[in-house]
This record gives sequence, structure tokens and C-alpha cells, in this order.
Amino acid sequence: MPSIRQNAFSDLLPDFRNLGVIARLLVAVNAVALVAAIYATQTLRAALERFIEDAAFLEPLLFLEVTVLFTASRLLGRLPYVIGCSTVITVAAVLAAFYDAGVASVLHSQPATLRSAFFAAAIAAGLLGYFRLLVKAFSPALAEARLQALQSRIRPHFLFNSINAVLALIRRDPKRAERTLEDLADLFRSLVSDARRFVRLSDEIALLERYAEIEQLRLGERLRITWELDAAPSDALLPPLVLQPLLENAVYHGIEPATEAGDVLVRIERRGDRVLARIENPVHDAGPERVGNRMAMDNIRERLALFFDAEARMEARIEAGRYCVEIEIPYLTQARRAA
Amino acid sequence: MSLRIFIADDEAPARERLKELLQDIADELATEVVGEARHGLEAIELVPKSGAQVLLLDIEMPGMRGLEVARHLAGLDGGPAVVFVTAHDKHAVEAFELNALDYLLKPVRAQRLAAALKRAAAGQAPRSEQLAAQSAHLSESREYLSVTERHRIVLVPVRDIVFLRAEQKYVTLRTKGRTHLIEEPLIALEREFAKRFVRIHRNCLVAREAIRGFERAAPSHDEPHWLVVLDGIDERLPVSRRQWPMLRELVSDKSLR
Repeated sequence: MPSIRQNAFSDLLPDFRNLGVIARLLVAVNAVALVAAIYATQTLRAALERFIEDAAFLEPLLFLEVTVLFTASRLLGRLPYVIGCSTVITVAAVLAAFYDAGVASVLHSQPATLRSAFFAAAIAAGLLGYFRLLVKAFSPALAEARLQALQSRIRPHFLFNSINAVLALIRRDPKRAERTLEDLADLFRSLVSDARRFVRLSDEIALLERYAEIEQLRLGERLRITWELDAAPSDALLPPLVLQPLLENAVYHGIEPATEAGDVLVRIERRGDRVLARIENPVHDAGPERVGNRMAMDNIRERLALFFDAEARMEARIEAGRYCVEIEIPYLTQARRAA
Repeated sequence: MSLRIFIADDEAPARERLKELLQDIADELATEVVGEARHGLEAIELVPKSGAQVLLLDIEMPGMRGLEVARHLAGLDGGPAVVFVTAHDKHAVEAFELNALDYLLKPVRAQRLAAALKRAAAGQAPRSEQLAAQSAHLSESREYLSVTERHRIVLVPVRDIVFLRAEQKYVTLRTKGRTHLIEEPLIALEREFAKRFVRIHRNCLVAREAIRGFERAAPSHDEPHWLVVLDGIDERLPVSRRQWPMLRELVSDKSLR
């Protein structure tokens, strides 16, 4: 199972297909060019002119480098870390050398292939170091996120009421009591599992169904859930416990405060390269505010960012009197990651 | 004589569980379940007629939370003793201890239930001051005010109230359609609903939302003074000189919005 575990942290090349990585790359290289321009000139004006001049040379090369790395990302990912790094540095240097020679021949100017290659290699090495540091800096953040996930997930209200419901079942329907305890066990196992590992969507959906089973027992006909899962890609990977807290919120805020029955919608589908999950519940303005929603949402948002950087999206809004949360993540599978 | 018990909980399994436990302790304490409610408003409707001596009252309920249910029932003559039941609420439990109210934690143990019921049977219904203190402690304000009739509790949603005016012994409560008399001190109401009502006079609180504007009173031999113009009610209420500066600011804020 792919993961972003501790020992994998230091040994992994950045994913050059990730928007966040590409953005950092572009910003970093341009920042270096700007600093170099300021250093090489006397006035700010001159520095800016110099920077613009340099950028005209630099930008096409940069896009060329990014495109090559983007295309080769999968291949590079399969190499051992050290060899991967050397390859990236070599590719950067060679591309820069050829590019420099090409520009020189077009402009009939003096080529400086060696110097360009050297600078490209140095910047590539620097950036690789930076990405490594970044990943390392995130690992305590991940541990923290896991802890928070745990704390925010176990809603005592749910735990004690569920146990109480099982107690009520033991004499009248022992079979169902057994099943409910098994569901509870599964739910808690996933709560204490490694939050840094990806899980398969099919497993997360199974968890949603177990959770729903327990809530159904407590709330009876007050809770009506519509599942739209036909287009859900079961092999998609996602961080654990991203969907369950959203369903729990939907029940807690949309169903429990109401005296009437209410409808919750769970829809998961694949759209091309993206996976979309949507959960809806009725809105209740009456009654004292139920708190705790923000914390769960912030926690999910944070973990999505840790796993997918800028490529995940989460939105919550009120649409036609219903509260809707939408999550969009890249369609990632074990096969695709390994390839 | 068995003890008459009413159960209010929104979760069916929780009600079943309590009934099971009552049967388990039958040898020790004979009980009879005289009614059940699935949410707070249902409890308000059914408890007064049920003749229950003890109410087992869940705190987290839709419609109306347990604590508010107890406050409205406290006005009832010969109302039931209340034992609160809660799954976890740490703050509520602290406040119960503080205000000497009886409570049980879910899942409830048979022995605890028996002990609580015996205490409740011997004691009396919680006093409304006790319950008000409990609510204040949790900073919960009611969503309804209640008028108690013989075997019935009439609820008036706080958001429908246009003004509250103290006269002699009572407070007149005015909605767009009706007028009620309640027996609560205006000062306590002002404190509980500070966000919703503003004082315009020594004896009168007005819903901020209902204020449409101000009108100068017809000049007479006295100094001129101001009247509040209200939404949906023709009656104009006098503003005291002391409250006027504060109210004027309130209105200029409102018109800016």
C-alpha cells in the first residue's frame, strides 16, 4: 500500500506533476534570478531591467525543464533517491547547455554553455534540498494532524449513545447487537490506524456504511440516507477518515436537531482525472448552534493539503436550503502511483 | 403503589433500555411508565396530563433541549421530579453538581437508576431558580416563554415577542397577535435575552428587530419625548429620557446597515 510514511519521507523525489511543486519551482528560480540581478547592479532600476532581460532568457528554459520533469516524473519516481537526484541535476544541466547553445546560435552571440549548465545544476541541487527539507518539516505536522484527527473524531456523544443503543439490543436482538459491536470496532480501528497512509475508496465507503448502520439504529426512521455510489471508482486512493467525519457532521447538524425525518445524500463519482464526493443535509436554523463543525472541517482540509498539496479542493455552502460539502481530489490509484 | 414515570428521549433504543432497567429493578422499586416523548416539545405537551411523578429527561433532544423542558415544567402545580439523563456533557454535569440537580450518565446502570428514582420520589420537583441558575451557568437562553394553565403549558416563541412590559405583579408579553401574562421578573428576562431585547423604559423591553423607528410625542405642557414605532403593532411605547441616547445610537446603526 502506498503511503507517505516516515522512512519514505527523505527518500522520495518531489512529484513534478504536482501543482504545488511546480509553483514552488517557478517562484524559487525567478527569486534566485531577481536576487542575482540586484546583486550584480547598482540601482533598483538597473536591477529590474537586468531581471527582465534575464527572465527573457530564463523563462523558456524554465518551462522546458518543467515540461521534461513533468513528463519524466513517473520514470524518475522509480529510481532510487540518490540516482534520481543525480538524474534531475544532470537533466537540468544538459538542457541548460543545449538551450544556451541554441540561443547563442540564433542570436549570433557568444555561447556560455558551461556556465549555464553549472548554474542550472546548482539551482536544481538547491531546490532538491529544499523539497527534502519541506517534506521533513511536514512529517511532524502529519503526526500532529493524526492526533487531531483522533481527538476530533471521537465524539463522546456518538460513542456513549451507540453503546447505549447496543445495550438496548442485547436482549431483544442479540444478532443485531453483535453486528453493531463489530461495526463499532471497525470504526474505532480506522480511527486509531495510521493517518499517514492512503486508503482505498472502497474501504472508506465500507466504513461510511458501517457508521450509517449504527446511526440508523439510534435514529431509526428519522435518518434517511440516499447513496449515489455507482460512479465511484473503488480503486481511488484518499487519506483515511475524510468522508466519515463529513457524514457524521451531516447527521449531527442535519438530522439530530430535527423533530422530523430528514434526508442525507452521499454521492461519490469520478469525473475524468478527478474524484468528486458530495454530502448534503438539511439545514436547521432553530435551536442552539451545535459547535464542533469547524474543527472537523479544518482538520480535513489540512490533511487533504498534506496529501495532495494544491490539487485538492473542499467547499461547503448552502444550496436551496441544504448544507452541501464537496471534496474534489485527483484520481490516484495504486497502479498509477506504482507505474 | 408504583411510582409513575415519564421517559423523554429522542432515541428509541435509549427509551427501550430505560424500560428494561425499570423492569430489572421492579423488585426493589415498583414503577409504571405512564408516558414517553420523542422530543422536547412533545414532552411539554404530554407530561402535564400524564400524572407522572418522576420525569427521566434526556438533555440532548431536538425540538427543545432537556433543560428548557424542565424550566417550563417547573411552573406546573404538582409537576414531576426531574432526573436528567445525559450521554457525556461535561459542562452540564458540572453545573448539575453545582445546582444540586439529579442526573444519570448514559449508559445508565440499574443501581444508579434505582437510587435516583428513590431520591426523586422522596423529594420535590426542581425549583425554577435552580434550573435558571443551571441555564445561566451553561449560558443557554430559552427559545420559548411559557404560560402555565391548569393542565397545560402554552409556549410562546421568544422570537415572536415584540415587547415585554412590567405592570404591578406581572409582566405583559406581547406578540403581534396576542397578549399573555407571565410571572417572571423583568430584570431576569433582560439578563437572559440581552441579545434580543433592549430596554426602552424602566418597565419595558422591546425586541431590537421590531423597532421600526421613533416618533416625537405630541407637544404638551411637558418636555417633548419620544415614542417607539413597532413592526406589526399600532401601540406606541414611550422611551424614557435615560434610555434615549443609547436607543438613538442603536437606530443610527440600524439605518446605516
